[in-house]
Amino acid sequence: MLPVAQKPKLRRFHQARWDEPIIFELSIPGERGVLVPEVEDNILKNVDMDLPKELARANAPKLPEIGQMKVLKHYLRLSQENLGADLNVDIGQGTCTMKYSPKVNDQIIRRPELYDLHPLQDPAKAQGALEIIWRTQGLLAEISGLDAVSLQTSSGSGAIWSNVATIRAYFESIGEKRDEIVTTIFSHPSNAATAKAAGFKVITLFPDENGYPNLEDYMKVVSHRTAALMITNPEDTGIFNPHIKVIVDLFHQFGALASYDQANANGILGITRAKEAGFDLSHFNLHKTFSTPHACGGPGAGASCVTAKLAKFLPKPIVIKTGDKYELDDDRPDSIGKVAPFYGVLPNIVRAYSWIMSLGAEGLREVAEVAVINNNYLLKNMVEIEGASAPYAPGRPRVEQVRYSWDELFKSTGITTEEIGLRALDFGLHYWTSHHPFIVPQPATLEPTESYSREELDEYLDVLRHIAAEAVSNPDIIRSAPHNQTVHQTAHTDFDDPARWAITWRAYLRKYPEVEERMAGIHGH
Amino acid sequence: MRDSRTHPYIPNSNPEVKESMLAFIGVDSVEAFYSDIPSDLRLKSPLNLPPAIRSEQELVHHVSRILDKNVPQSRLLSFLGAGTYNHYVPAVVDEVINRSEFLTAYAGDPYEDHGRFQALFEYQSLMAELLNMDVVNVPNYDGLQAAATSLAMAQRITARKKILVVTPINPDKFSKVVNYNAFNLQFEFIETQSQQPDLLAIASALTGEHAAIWLDSPSYHGTLCSNISLVADLAHKNGSLLVVGVDPIAMGVLASPADQGADIIYGDIQSLGIHCWFGGGHGGFIAVHDDPKFVMEMPSRLFGLESTSVEGEYGFGDVAYERTSFALREEGKEWVGTAAALWGIAAGVYLSLMGPLGMVEVGKSIVARTRYAAMKLNSIKGCSIEKWSEQFREFVIDVSDSGETAKELIRRGRNLNAEIGVDISEYQILTCITEMNSESDIDELYRIMSEILEA
Repeated sequence: MLPVAQKPKLRRFHQARWDEPIIFELSIPGERGVLVPEVEDNILKNVDMDLPKELARANAPKLPEIGQMKVLKHYLRLSQENLGADLNVDIGQGTCTMKYSPKVNDQIIRRPELYDLHPLQDPAKAQGALEIIWRTQGLLAEISGLDAVSLQTSSGSGAIWSNVATIRAYFESIGEKRDEIVTTIFSHPSNAATAKAAGFKVITLFPDENGYPNLEDYMKVVSHRTAALMITNPEDTGIFNPHIKVIVDLFHQFGALASYDQANANGILGITRAKEAGFDLSHFNLHKTFSTPHACGGPGAGASCVTAKLAKFLPKPIVIKTGDKYELDDDRPDSIGKVAPFYGVLPNIVRAYSWIMSLGAEGLREVAEVAVINNNYLLKNMVEIEGASAPYAPGRPRVEQVRYSWDELFKSTGITTEEIGLRALDFGLHYWTSHHPFIVPQPATLEPTESYSREELDEYLDVLRHIAAEAVSNPDIIRSAPHNQTVHQTAHTDFDDPARWAITWRAYLRKYPEVEERMAGIHGH
Repeated sequence: MRDSRTHPYIPNSNPEVKESMLAFIGVDSVEAFYSDIPSDLRLKSPLNLPPAIRSEQELVHHVSRILDKNVPQSRLLSFLGAGTYNHYVPAVVDEVINRSEFLTAYAGDPYEDHGRFQALFEYQSLMAELLNMDVVNVPNYDGLQAAATSLAMAQRITARKKILVVTPINPDKFSKVVNYNAFNLQFEFIETQSQQPDLLAIASALTGEHAAIWLDSPSYHGTLCSNISLVADLAHKNGSLLVVGVDPIAMGVLASPADQGADIIYGDIQSLGIHCWFGGGHGGFIAVHDDPKFVMEMPSRLFGLESTSVEGEYGFGDVAYERTSFALREEGKEWVGTAAALWGIAAGVYLSLMGPLGMVEVGKSIVARTRYAAMKLNSIKGCSIEKWSEQFREFVIDVSDSGETAKELIRRGRNLNAEIGVDISEYQILTCITEMNSESDIDELYRIMSEILEA
């Protein structure tokens, strides 16, 4: 009966729950999902289509047989069982810049003039693709202040790898053997991991009470064995290290390079750049700062930016403009070669280009400023929640994100940050703790970006306030969460036992023969 | 004049909202939040970028006018491969991967992103059936990375540092592999004999320093390897591994190297339902047997099945997470991060649609079309196809007898709106035939090749 009563403050969310079988269980012998064109009679008059016995597969692969609509339905149901950025107030995945990916950019790329281009076709017939790559290289050069850009990699860590490989090539070119890389614990773990994969010894510095390592710590570790500093700034705490230029200069004094992890540059677009702090290399993630969708974990797109001194080492080819023609410059003898196929993830390069063009210089600065206002708005509210705090540099502002701690809440209630995250799901919100190891105890990392309105930030805060109160009044509802999700609490007994884990359906059936017997019983028709 | 309207992507850029938020925080201006950035690091003037195109309508117009300059393969006669392949993408694949929920999900846990975990577990499982191998990773970047990591795994597993390369390898892939493994691996080559790995030469080259023998089947030249079991025996007797690159589109008709002794199989999934994207649509896979010695060396995430507190409900999670750089930073195996998950979902949907019969049919179709094209072209004077080994999808045309270079012939083909192949040396063209090339396309290629060789 009208009128409808006022809605409660917290959303009564429930995630889709389709109780969907594994795709192999949908198989009905004889069903087809899609047909392949038959081979023309005249071809078969001339050649046959079977491989010789020594090459031929004996039996068709044991893929499921499923009609088209059932395949569609299965995957659409699975799609509904995801909480993408388009559906949630996605500010709980700090460091990852879960901003709005404009739909117009998804539409712009869905045309054969992009998806049906072959990388080795006549460049004269791919001028539009090359032009966008060239323009995007130029935009990112200006945004970083560095001189040359490669867009070849498909992710941020790929771009960091490209930078590590460039550092290695640089020292080889000048005949210096340097085997150490210095990073910080609040820089993304891929800095340490890619450096190790490239053969470097990794030295990791830890913060003092300000949230970043002090200058003396850097002075203790830098030497003529140091190849480079690889650092994020602001680090994952959201605290900008004001001594960054002094630190970069220090590394330069020892002949080392400095590489800037700008995967997330969202709070400082148009404010400060790699160039001003003296960095030799930097990288951007187009899927973070520059809005391309995160796609369940890729493809993203990485941009490696370097100074003129290092430009010759960039992956090849680079897109250049000669007169009014766009060309692929493959004649780069000092290049580190290929880091990824061809010229990069073109759909994402076009999306990022379009996003930058929709904003321009003033718009990018507006992005940064609003992201930072949103973040400090959250900070002001968060530290007032009982049990939450923002470790390091008390009273100081943060840039684009904050690493919070629920340690006080944990000590008084026993509720962990992981449990808070699972309870937040009941309200349709994503929440993340932090990278490992947990230097900040019971960590949570929030990054609101510029995309969410004040009301949405308030919704997120209301849920965290509610959970913090529940931790005192009704901790069992948190410990037994999630309650409103696709599935219930999942066992963790078999993920680390090689005899019991099941990484594929066939391995599952092999290790647990009773399952196949059960299925045979059901499908006895 | 500056457009002061609120930007549609930035709701709180509305000046009144901004003011009220600043007042709530208790500062006068956003500058307060930048107080840690020293003034000598601050930009003194705006970035030098082209003027913004703020309305969506004008933005679409601007980007579309640039993209209009491209000519898609559907309006060319295209026989290009060499790493990116023109295969058919069923409509349902694009429908699924363009769903907002998949497109904009990222790092959710196995509850909120149950669908992502299940779709990728199913991808791993479908690939595993295709390859007859029990473990497949969540996709890494691309086939180049998959090759580089497979060989790095071989190094770690055997604690040896040499790789014996026994088939032609795509030079882009090789460039990646060498740079990636510059400090931990050395490479040696054995020339093929009649396009096949040279068993005698391999046997005499192998030493206790060899971590693995590496072969691709189909090779860079499109040749299928018919003696994998024998190569595997040589490797294993030497305590080395066999690493084999395949293209999964062939696996409906081609015996899996897993059944012939391969220890690690790797490749690229672009052929399984992912458009060409100018070479920007790649994802890599690595498959191993369910042996912890191998599994624990994989850098990528592996999604596994579990039970939940409700009977009959599937849960998912990360298997052996403590191998990864997420858990251990530099002490993890290489590194893991954003890679190519959405393409993995695409490949899973593709294999679900194709089913066993579809994969057999597409494999046979490519085998037949490849043979037909090679037969026709080989009959043209000046055009000779490598001594007939079994080819899949690609073959090399030697044009040295014509006196024309590969580059010149490709240029002439382009004048006739055809892409006849890729020049891989001065007188060699690598030509690619897929199920997309009908009999009449191939006959047209024959006519064009005849014409440009006479020109």
